[in-house]
Amino acid sequence: MKLLESADSEVVAALEKALAGEKLSLKEVALLLGSRDVKLLALAADELRRRQVGDTVTFVIDTNINYTNACISGCKFCAFYRAPGSSEAYTLSVEEILEKIARAVKLGATQVLLQGGLNPELSIEYYEEVLQRVRERFPQVQRHFFSPSEIVHISRVEGLSIREVLSRLKEAGLQSMPGGGAEILSDRIRREVSPNKISWREWREVMLVAHELGIPTTATMVFGLGESSEDRARHLLRLREMQAKTHGFTAFIPWGFKPGNTALAARHRIYEAGGIDYLTVVAVARLVLGESFKNIQASWLTQGERMAQLALCSGANDFGGTMIEENVVKATGYETRYLPPDRIVALIKQISRPAAQRDTLYNILKRF
Amino acid sequence: MRLLHELRNSEAYEIAEKALAGEELSRQEGYALIESDNLFLLGALADELRRRQVGDIVTFVVNRQINYTNACVSACDFCAFYRTPESGEAYTLSIEEILEKAAQAAREGATELHIVGSHNPELPFEYYEEMLREIRRHFPALHLKAFTATEIAFFSKNFGMSVREVLSRLKEAGLKSMPGGGAEILDEELRKKLCPGKASAKEWLSVMRTAHELGIKSNATMLFGHVESLRQRVDHMLKLRELQKTTHGFMSFIPLVYHPENTPLKRSMPELMRTSALDVLRTIAVARVLLGDSFRNIRAYWVMLGKKLAQVALHYGANDLDGTVVEERVAHAAGAKTAQLATREELISLIREAKRIPAQRSTDYEIIQRWG
Repeated sequence: MKLLESADSEVVAALEKALAGEKLSLKEVALLLGSRDVKLLALAADELRRRQVGDTVTFVIDTNINYTNACISGCKFCAFYRAPGSSEAYTLSVEEILEKIARAVKLGATQVLLQGGLNPELSIEYYEEVLQRVRERFPQVQRHFFSPSEIVHISRVEGLSIREVLSRLKEAGLQSMPGGGAEILSDRIRREVSPNKISWREWREVMLVAHELGIPTTATMVFGLGESSEDRARHLLRLREMQAKTHGFTAFIPWGFKPGNTALAARHRIYEAGGIDYLTVVAVARLVLGESFKNIQASWLTQGERMAQLALCSGANDFGGTMIEENVVKATGYETRYLPPDRIVALIKQISRPAAQRDTLYNILKRF
Repeated sequence: MRLLHELRNSEAYEIAEKALAGEELSRQEGYALIESDNLFLLGALADELRRRQVGDIVTFVVNRQINYTNACVSACDFCAFYRTPESGEAYTLSIEEILEKAAQAAREGATELHIVGSHNPELPFEYYEEMLREIRRHFPALHLKAFTATEIAFFSKNFGMSVREVLSRLKEAGLKSMPGGGAEILDEELRKKLCPGKASAKEWLSVMRTAHELGIKSNATMLFGHVESLRQRVDHMLKLRELQKTTHGFMSFIPLVYHPENTPLKRSMPELMRTSALDVLRTIAVARVLLGDSFRNIRAYWVMLGKKLAQVALHYGANDLDGTVVEERVAHAAGAKTAQLATREELISLIREAKRIPAQRSTDYEIIQRWG
């Protein structure tokens, strides 16, 4: 039947290779990313997901707190930051942060993701104090704080090495780190969309040092910034190489650029990447990273609940978090809201998969 | 690829082969397809049939929706839009207000007005005639696609006229075609439970038959994902296929996802959720398989699905995204979170990203402009 023979033979060959456990080359990964044969990619990625992590779909009860929006980076894809000194810039006091965490803990949060802008007015003592006081007051909550660009920023402000900064923060209570700020790990793209932000090599350095110090992290990718399939492929392979060295990444999280209220969209009239693009990225991520990362997150936050369900059938195995609080995506004008655990469980059951609550490090806490 | 070879061992594969050979599928085969959990095979089959039947062009229409009233005596369980005629929240647009909306639509380049309302006992028949005449007089280029079959059945009862008479007078006043709404699920038992106050399945089909006979083309919808069974969806599609064989008056099939928020049904069944994305895709795929040959056009209505899922549906049998819709009230009353507006450029970009050829169409599927 023509149905099963119509696929591009090079695409099929690459998928066969991935299913056989072989490593795909840059060219093969780019070919898959550009193929748009989303049904076939999903078929292969879903099979690989089943073998690598089984059928259970996990999620975490978490909150995203942003301690400051004052930022000197001025990235063109960001609608959240304000220039330091702007009347709309804010910095939370430690007490305010503790209050927000207290509210999240009441809703069952086991993880607090804390990150913020690159605020030149904050010294390392602020970050240390936040960590220490959160540890003191909520020892049971995972402190999943600070992305690599914040670490580099602190090192510049303080004149300390990255290793020194991370060691001091770990000492103060840092347990794990979010993988934000990766965007696309290509300096060509970064020069265009975030010229003042760390280079891809600096992002790598922070992650490798963190892993060496025993601080696990996630890794993200923001797609839809005008990058090519090759750029995306390189991003995935760079992560695969890093993971081969350290095994410090717990998950890969691709999410889509939201153009609303951003300088990038105002200038280039960029439309948000569609559903086919998203599922392609998720499926190829499973094919390239699944063996070493194990966990690929669906992004209900940027893609919606229904697309998250499709992602879970296209290679993803994790629903992400409840996001009791979220500010960055909301700043683009896209409506975001807290997704309660029972809603997440219902969405997972709707696609006939077992649901489980996990902690930050992907240990199962409760099965449904 | 071993994964692909394994697919050959399924019942769905045999049925798919039959469909690809151009044979009409039986009811039992339709049941087997929609009940198979092999979404890949269903999608591949639907996509191949779509390619053969309508090619790689994906169409959209530039239109505007006008919901002229929300006062309704039908009180359907799945509806969040209606208000009882006595309610303080009931509204009816004046002809002037409708003309203003039409003027704005014309300025924005719309080629079609999609006019639907509820079953409002306080409006005289002249209201509808005047609405159509006045719009036609001021904006002769706008295609008037107005009134669902259930509205027509209501007019017929309310004004003591035959359906044929109602339709003839409206056609005379400017009615060009009819939207496919009010079909819900064409099953009498289910309708007695969900929407006893409105046209039966038989009446709905009969209105459409008469419209088609009078040269008024129409669409056909299906509201799914509430309390109907998968088999009832197939039965619904086969009733449409049957009528289409005699009239050839349907221009497209539009599966609509039930949005439970704020509906009476949700209040009595709080566990009701909008159905899953997988269910949406399999339903669209089965629609392509069962109806594609005679309907040709299967829509992924982005206002109901969201742009991303609608785009994915283009790889599962759909070939049309519906419109750049300004002011849609019915789905949004039921909690649809989608944006009210997609620009032409945005739809073109979505279609291109799916590796298909974007084209703007008229209401009756003539290509107005294509990109590529």
